[in-house]
Amino acid sequence: MNAAAPLPRWAELWLLPLLNLGIALAAAGVVVALVGQDPAQVLAVLLHGAFGTPRGIGYTLYYATSFVFTGLAVAVAFHAGLFNIGGEGQAILGGLGTGLVGLWLGSMLPAWALLPLMALAGATFGLAWAAVPAWLQAHRGSHVVITTIMFNFIASTLLVWLLVDHLKPAGSMAPESAALAASAHLPTLHQALGRLGIEWPASPLNLSALLALAAAAAVYLLLWRTRAGYRLRSVGASPGAALYAGIDPKRQVLLAMMISGALAGLVGMNEIAGVQHKLLLEYVGGAGFTGIAVALMGRNHPFGIVLAAVLFGALFQGGAEVAFEVGGFSRDMVVMLQGFIVLFSGAMAYVAAPLLARVLRREPARG
Amino acid sequence: MDEVLLGTVLASTLRVATPLLLCALAGLLSERSGVIDIGLEGKMLFAAFAAGAAGAALASTAAALALACAAAVLLSWLHGLACVSHRGDQVVSGVAINLIAAGLTVVLGMAWFAQGGQTPPVGDAVRLQPLWPEAGAVLGPVLGEGLLGHGVLVYLALALVPAVWWLLYRTRFGLRLRAVGEKAQMVDAAGVSVPRLRYAALTLNGLLCGLAGSYLVLAQNASFVPHMTAGRGFMALAAMIFGKWHPVGAFWACLLFGFLDALAIRLQGVRLPAIGEVPVPAIQALPYVLTVVLLAGFFGRSHAPAELGKAYVKER
Repeated sequence: MNAAAPLPRWAELWLLPLLNLGIALAAAGVVVALVGQDPAQVLAVLLHGAFGTPRGIGYTLYYATSFVFTGLAVAVAFHAGLFNIGGEGQAILGGLGTGLVGLWLGSMLPAWALLPLMALAGATFGLAWAAVPAWLQAHRGSHVVITTIMFNFIASTLLVWLLVDHLKPAGSMAPESAALAASAHLPTLHQALGRLGIEWPASPLNLSALLALAAAAAVYLLLWRTRAGYRLRSVGASPGAALYAGIDPKRQVLLAMMISGALAGLVGMNEIAGVQHKLLLEYVGGAGFTGIAVALMGRNHPFGIVLAAVLFGALFQGGAEVAFEVGGFSRDMVVMLQGFIVLFSGAMAYVAAPLLARVLRREPARG
Repeated sequence: MDEVLLGTVLASTLRVATPLLLCALAGLLSERSGVIDIGLEGKMLFAAFAAGAAGAALASTAAALALACAAAVLLSWLHGLACVSHRGDQVVSGVAINLIAAGLTVVLGMAWFAQGGQTPPVGDAVRLQPLWPEAGAVLGPVLGEGLLGHGVLVYLALALVPAVWWLLYRTRFGLRLRAVGEKAQMVDAAGVSVPRLRYAALTLNGLLCGLAGSYLVLAQNASFVPHMTAGRGFMALAAMIFGKWHPVGAFWACLLFGFLDALAIRLQGVRLPAIGEVPVPAIQALPYVLTVVLLAGFFGRSHAPAELGKAYVKER
């Protein structure tokens, strides 16, 4: 992005992101102090809530699962030079696909056949929802940022309409579908571990966490170990050069956005099949936007994204504990911190670089 | 359609359109100078909070308006610092502003007022009252209540449409502003500072977002409620694009979107002869669908400023 700051590779990969994260945390700490709380105490409660108990860890990793999916979605699009702001809408559609297949086939199929179908449906719905903006960008020149924002709103309207007018069981007031059959429930980790004879306290963490790890590995292999991934990244790095090399940028735009949408759509497996066991409003709850922060923090690399997702999972879980234990504290503090992280690790990521370069250059000279 | 119905639909169209229009004009000024503004939503939300907090604590309309504008301008400058001064990604910065505003307003609201993030209601003396309260009795429901039954911000927003047009197309500043959005290098070669122009555009953008946020608290609602903008900033963005980055086009788009909203509320549960029950969500989604269709060039064509989203690097 900025060639003016020649940093050593290790500093570029580790030091600068950590420094930016530190600045974002410090900014949030200032706000915490401003509203009359003790930042050290808040941090202690947050860390204990997120990592202090097996149950807390379970919740942290449950949140992290969704963020891995949406973070990967942003990253794949980014490597093709696209900014997918539509993770939220694609995740809504993914949940819809997962839930609809679960409702439709739940009484007919056993779990081993049904669950893969639900995952496939979620990914396909997310894929389709991302394919339209991608096609419009590739062939009609409308900007994918604007179109995906619009598609987020269209998706949430669609969900409300389906729930209120069609999926709500007769006589029910809440805008929720009927409950999914037991075969459509993705086993939680404590159930799975219990079957292996290992005790683990109950938490919403479910097997989709393994799916998320597999997705991260698959994205790494795809982007850096296959020709298809090379083509995709070359379009992101230089569309002109890619075109001269015989790569069709339009195709790559479509491909990248479809993979991106499919990844975001898998959020449905975590939320609908893993935890909620029915379709309802607000099951994505901002995970699509958190994915942007996760991808920026993880520098669009699957390994970094998994780490960043765990960080954000800890913030969400720890933030909930803090809101519970510290009076007058709100969970929205985490949303604000997320904003600071997007600002300092994303928009202003290289502001600190020249300073850092100067400091690093002076160090070896002295020794 | 009888006159009373026409009057209420006209009134609610204008009520919905006003914050959209203020925000759309704000976005237009920024984007014509080449700076993408995804952060309209956050700026309006933060301004609404500032207006609610100041209105409740200081009991003064002027203070509420001033603080709302100041809050939004500060966020605009933050956007400028990230994107104009440091050449960061404009979309990312906009997303950051939205997140910061969504979180910070609730955090500050809970700490200062301890009402779950709401501000205490703003007193009637502070709120903006209809300019001509007796117009409805004299001029009837359509002209009197529908058109003339509003507070000052509605008419200010309407007046700002020709004002922004005049600024952009009839002044030297406007010519330069548009030029910097189309070809920043030329403006720089002519000896005019690109960053200064973009900061000027962002400052005006903040002022208008401040007015939009104030309208929500001082005219529409009686207090600030967490996340009360509820996507209006994005709808304003859609209206700006739908209006082809032109003030008059944006004005018509905002009126259309306002009318669709008024219609959706009116048609809740109504059965029409040929269609059956009206699919209200379809009407609510229509602004977004229309924007996508227009942007794709299926009818008309909406061209973004050429320099939109590109940071300017001065040649050395």
